[in-house]
Amino acid sequence: MRIAFLSDIHGNREALEACLSHAARQGYDKLVFLGDLVGYGADPVYVVDTLADLVSKGAQSILGNHDAAAAAGLIEGMNDYASASIEWTHQELDQAQKDLLLGMPLSIEDEDRLYVHAEASSPRSWAYITDPASAERSLRSHAARLTFCGHVHKQQLYHMTPQKPPVLFIPQSAIPVPLIGNRKWLAVQGSVGQPRDQNPAAAYSLLDTQRNELTYFRVPYDIEASAAKIHAAGLPNILAARLFIGR
Amino acid sequence: MTKQALETSSTIDGFLIGEKLHVGGMASLWSVTRSDIDSPIVMKVPTIMDGEDAEVIVGFEMEMMILPRLSGPHVPRVYGVGDYASQPYIVMEYIDGQSLFPLLEQSPLPAEQVITLATKIANALHELHRQNVIHFDLKPSNIMQRANGDITFIDFGLSRHLQLPDLLEEEFHIPMGTGPYISPEQVLQNRSDNRSDLFSLGVILYHLSTGQRPFGFPQNANGLRHRLWRDPIPPRQHQRNIPVWFQEVILRCLEPDPDKRYPTAAQLAFDLQNPGEVKITERGEKIKADGFFSVLKRRMGFAATIGTPRQPDQSPWLNAPIVVVALDLSDDSEALQQALRMHAANVLARIPDARLACVNVLRQNRLTMTYALDEEGRNLHVQRLVELKEWARPLGLSRDKMTFHVLEHVDPAAALLEYTRSNHVDHILLGAQGTGALRRLMGSVSSQIVAEAPCTVTVVRVPETKAD
Repeated sequence: MRIAFLSDIHGNREALEACLSHAARQGYDKLVFLGDLVGYGADPVYVVDTLADLVSKGAQSILGNHDAAAAAGLIEGMNDYASASIEWTHQELDQAQKDLLLGMPLSIEDEDRLYVHAEASSPRSWAYITDPASAERSLRSHAARLTFCGHVHKQQLYHMTPQKPPVLFIPQSAIPVPLIGNRKWLAVQGSVGQPRDQNPAAAYSLLDTQRNELTYFRVPYDIEASAAKIHAAGLPNILAARLFIGR
Repeated sequence: MTKQALETSSTIDGFLIGEKLHVGGMASLWSVTRSDIDSPIVMKVPTIMDGEDAEVIVGFEMEMMILPRLSGPHVPRVYGVGDYASQPYIVMEYIDGQSLFPLLEQSPLPAEQVITLATKIANALHELHRQNVIHFDLKPSNIMQRANGDITFIDFGLSRHLQLPDLLEEEFHIPMGTGPYISPEQVLQNRSDNRSDLFSLGVILYHLSTGQRPFGFPQNANGLRHRLWRDPIPPRQHQRNIPVWFQEVILRCLEPDPDKRYPTAAQLAFDLQNPGEVKITERGEKIKADGFFSVLKRRMGFAATIGTPRQPDQSPWLNAPIVVVALDLSDDSEALQQALRMHAANVLARIPDARLACVNVLRQNRLTMTYALDEEGRNLHVQRLVELKEWARPLGLSRDKMTFHVLEHVDPAAALLEYTRSNHVDHILLGAQGTGALRRLMGSVSSQIVAEAPCTVTVVRVPETKAD
């Protein structure tokens, strides 16, 4: 089976469409969304409606911190521009859309795989995975051989044997990596709608369970269009500007 | 880790287990068969799997990761890889041939024999590196020569694929390699440089041509470090009949600083195939090892001389291409020659490790093949070389960056294509030909090169001045 993982779409319609059409060209059997469908971007309604449609066709989706915040209208602990976009998103979404977001689980286990938005030892704390120490906390908290998460907006792949701390590998676009051996793998996804690794192209990945290979991809999309909508919606300028530089 | 003991006549994933062929320190080899595979195949299974021997496990994982991604005659073809959780194995082709190991017993071998072998190994190594894999454990027992003469590398347990995670890098904090062959940077635990394999190849060539190991057989980590500062006795001190140019090549491979070695196996192969063009330096002419004080100086200051390790995400051959400029000195106009020079200068300025080969084809008449052997032919050949050098003079390149070749052939395009293939040329620059009646009659060399060359081709054209 081929599973496409999309994380941190953040209301970016153009980036989502570009990734879905790229994934369709590669061929996939299933879509998994790893949280933060909304927040920051100007198309939350389109993204949530698209998700609802895809879920009805078998896609799986888990809850991200922005989804929870936007649905409930909670801006506690957020910086100015994040809270501005959460409040705006909260206004845009209707009750059904909010219910759909709030109905998403915090994590899903599927065969030897765990899907979760943030660090897995305490999913609701929304902790970031940025180094081997945080990766190790996540990896040691459960038994799944493969973990797929998002939240930090940077593509990272950690692998760990039982006796040693995990090791970080930065994947290259379109190069399949075999998830081989008697070790656990933690596949941190880049962001579809707001990359932050100095590469503005949208990020997603594709797992081939038969071949036991994971391929990370970067997909260019129409950033000008996404940015123009952010300006038109009156959202903070920085949310548009950062898309061009991937930060 | 082995979940079940392998037994003759049992079956794993459709492979029928035959006889046990070989038991090594790390793995055993079994003859196996599968109904849909005609050629002889073997199954490699890790030997000790008690969960303690991390190096064996990780080495096997690396091989399972890397081998299926490689192709070509210089690596064993893989037919299947076992799931690590149940039974790790690799099924690969049985290589009909012999390793180079027995040759050590017969060494010193005649220099010509070592040079022929070295050329084959360097060519095969370039193919391996081009597939983004550094072997990191080149030694005679890991280099097979097939019955047809092809070189094949085996045992990729210490290897690294530059686009995949290096499972070994963080796992062990000791130098990984084989004592006599390990490169200085591997001793310092850097696993990202393709030139490490060139060092190991240099050790093999040294041993085969002299019968001696250049750095002995150190048994501990301290002994391994000696090669960081202690230069080997020059090969010609052991064997006077080793050509000076070949000593130059061997000692360049054995430079402790990777920056002083060949940047790529292709450039090493180029020198081996063009001995007349090897720039002889002190290395080639050396008759004894460096004195106490130079060695001491290196020992004290070594850390400063080894240079910056390569970034693993760089593809080294892209940074050290072999560029050919094909010049038709009789016909190319002055303007075209200048344009070619400018393009060559641009490529070389952009890529510091690039190497330029200036090539001219001396067209032979089909009926008088002996032409080049007579006095007139020799004079013409020399004249062409002189003209090539004159063309190149304004580039101001040193002799180790630039070589000159006059090929003699009845068909210029075929000569260039042959040259391109056998020398791993990455980029050809050549002038567009005119449109005169004679040209049309003879066919265009450049269009044939563009169509058939296995590399990038730039056709340089001087804009025509329109007649009023």
